[in-house]
Amino acid sequence: MMDSDLSILVRGIGKRYKIGAAQQRTDTLRDLITAQAARISSTLRGKRNQSNDTDHIWALRDVNFEVKRGQALGIIGRNGAGKSTLLKVLSRVTDPTEGYGELRGRVGSLLEVGTGFHPELTGRENIFLNGAILGMHKKEIEARFDEIVAFSEVEKFIDTPVKRYSSGMYLRLAFAVAAHLEPEILVVDEVLAVGDADFQRKCLGKMGDVADSGRTVLFVSHNMSAIQRLTQDSIVLDKGKVLLRAPSAEAVDFYLNRGLSKLGERFWEEDEVPVSSAPFRPLAIRILDKAGQVSDSVRSVEPIRIEIDYELTEDVTGLRVGYYLFTTRGEPVFTSFDIDSEELFKEYTARPKGVYTSRCTIPPDTLNEGRFLLGVNASSYGIRRYFQDDQALSFSVDASGAPGTHWPEPRPGPVRPVLGWEIEQRGSA
Amino acid sequence: MAEANLNAAAQVVTLKPAKGWLGIDLKELWHYRELIYFLTWRDIKVRYKQAVLGIAWSVLQPVLTTAIMTVVFGILLKVESDGLPYPVFALSALLPWHLFQLSLQKSSISLVGNANLLTKVYFPRVIIPLSSVLAALVDFAISLVLLFITMAIYKIPLTWNVLWVIPLTLLSVLAAMAVGLWLSALNVQYRDVQQMVPFLIQIWMYATPIVYPITTIPEGTFRYIYSLNPMVGVVQGFRWSLFGGSPPDVTLLISSLAVLLLLVSGLFFFRRMEKTFADVV
Repeated sequence: MMDSDLSILVRGIGKRYKIGAAQQRTDTLRDLITAQAARISSTLRGKRNQSNDTDHIWALRDVNFEVKRGQALGIIGRNGAGKSTLLKVLSRVTDPTEGYGELRGRVGSLLEVGTGFHPELTGRENIFLNGAILGMHKKEIEARFDEIVAFSEVEKFIDTPVKRYSSGMYLRLAFAVAAHLEPEILVVDEVLAVGDADFQRKCLGKMGDVADSGRTVLFVSHNMSAIQRLTQDSIVLDKGKVLLRAPSAEAVDFYLNRGLSKLGERFWEEDEVPVSSAPFRPLAIRILDKAGQVSDSVRSVEPIRIEIDYELTEDVTGLRVGYYLFTTRGEPVFTSFDIDSEELFKEYTARPKGVYTSRCTIPPDTLNEGRFLLGVNASSYGIRRYFQDDQALSFSVDASGAPGTHWPEPRPGPVRPVLGWEIEQRGSA
Repeated sequence: MAEANLNAAAQVVTLKPAKGWLGIDLKELWHYRELIYFLTWRDIKVRYKQAVLGIAWSVLQPVLTTAIMTVVFGILLKVESDGLPYPVFALSALLPWHLFQLSLQKSSISLVGNANLLTKVYFPRVIIPLSSVLAALVDFAISLVLLFITMAIYKIPLTWNVLWVIPLTLLSVLAAMAVGLWLSALNVQYRDVQQMVPFLIQIWMYATPIVYPITTIPEGTFRYIYSLNPMVGVVQGFRWSLFGGSPPDVTLLISSLAVLLLLVSGLFFFRRMEKTFADVV
């Protein structure tokens, strides 16, 4: 039994996945039967089963930490560092392979926003269903029903099936239910990457309330300033292991300086790339400012260079490498590929194996201020998609000096083109 | 002091690797009873949404099946029907059969259909196939009324034996649950299962005395083997409780034992598989 002032205690937790399961999933009975037959025949021929540690990957290994009641703990790490696996183990969605842990009280999660919403059911019905799924009792839901509806601002449509809702209404309602769950332990996973600014503010506000009311918060984010603002302590995860537990400012420094994340640049480790991507292997993507420096924050009035490094382990025909640009709300801005132009299309019909960089420049006065997300895609049109990462890299655009910034108002929309306005006086009154 | 109380009240959850063949935690199921209720209610609510005839389908389905069977087996093939009007003969067996069939259809795909829940929230996984089976009970209750109306039309009197319908219904629910546990858990890993279910149901239906009377099956050892099909005992019992005749004998006992065996093994199998649902679904 753990000390009474602890909320979470984790000892030597590990989670192992079979990579075989990802590579050659025995998804159908036929696969299973052939696999079994192969195993039997190799056993008969006296060969030992070659199954050993190379068939498995430890998504988490030997993780130890504890969280005091009322403490907010940040969890920092690159994609694939084991953050989501850790959250899954803590929320009991999946069992750890080894180790031991204790949690005191109900675990609620903003990761589950909208989980179990059924499009055919009305807003009212979904509140009850979703509440029950998140572990609330009917009485609790009834007691908070009006509050939830008010918070969601969908009063008028509460008896309309949610499939008729706009995505904003849907999200607000879903969040309202999750926000009123009032768990003893709240898990927040990267909510700041979705939703509009209001939604994000609500999430942060709710998190602050939860922590203030003496409950425990686990906060996973790539947003280092939010981590520092909302948590006292953080742990840094890398390759499934806890590298450091320290006050958040120190942990963020460590994370940024260890090269675990270099702002404005993203490297793909071998184990982050699905085996199915071969022969395409992404190496890095980076944003360069006008001076050619790797930068997380670029100016709207200056050209922005984007470079993608990759390796082809075999000759590839018809390959195109490019990116999608999104706002952090998920609105697409544009899509572009390296062989969009007629000349390059002809010149690079086939690419011999080797290491490549595809680079391009977003002209000045294209993007508005805000944060943007680059998704990488490498494919052969109509044949095969080798690799896709919808959240390869994010960066900020600063609009200072752009036309129109003499008014301090924010301008809606992801682009900020210069439109050569003319004004003509057509007579005098 | 208040804090100490708060602590004592908060439930402590233990995380550790699941080991061995655990049984079902009934206490935990009871704790989640409201979720069972809401998921069952959702399944019922959603099934006939945006269908003009709505819940009337739960009556129409047995009516139409009975009509088809009456024409094919009763009129054209002149299958024997224990001296009963063929529609009543068929309908009385179709009621528990439809309950079983619908439960099986829904529960076998239930885990995969609720994958988004499995990968995000913890609750005892068995709730999902369980609520599919419970939802089918509502259709059953409605069509039971239909049966009584049909019997009144044919002027067949009810006796106190009709109360046997309750334990027999429970038996077919347990049978459906048992098979549902096996199939839903298997379907998480092998989607072949959902392709096989329609055929399984077809074979199963002809292996049950629905369109023909049980007397067609020769007595003795073969009848006993035949009774390993849990639905044989259920259907036979249903006909007896409604129309009289020979009371359920060893047939029902064998069928009940088969259900018990399937259910216990199904629960263990399900518990064994459920640890990996979130990872493979």
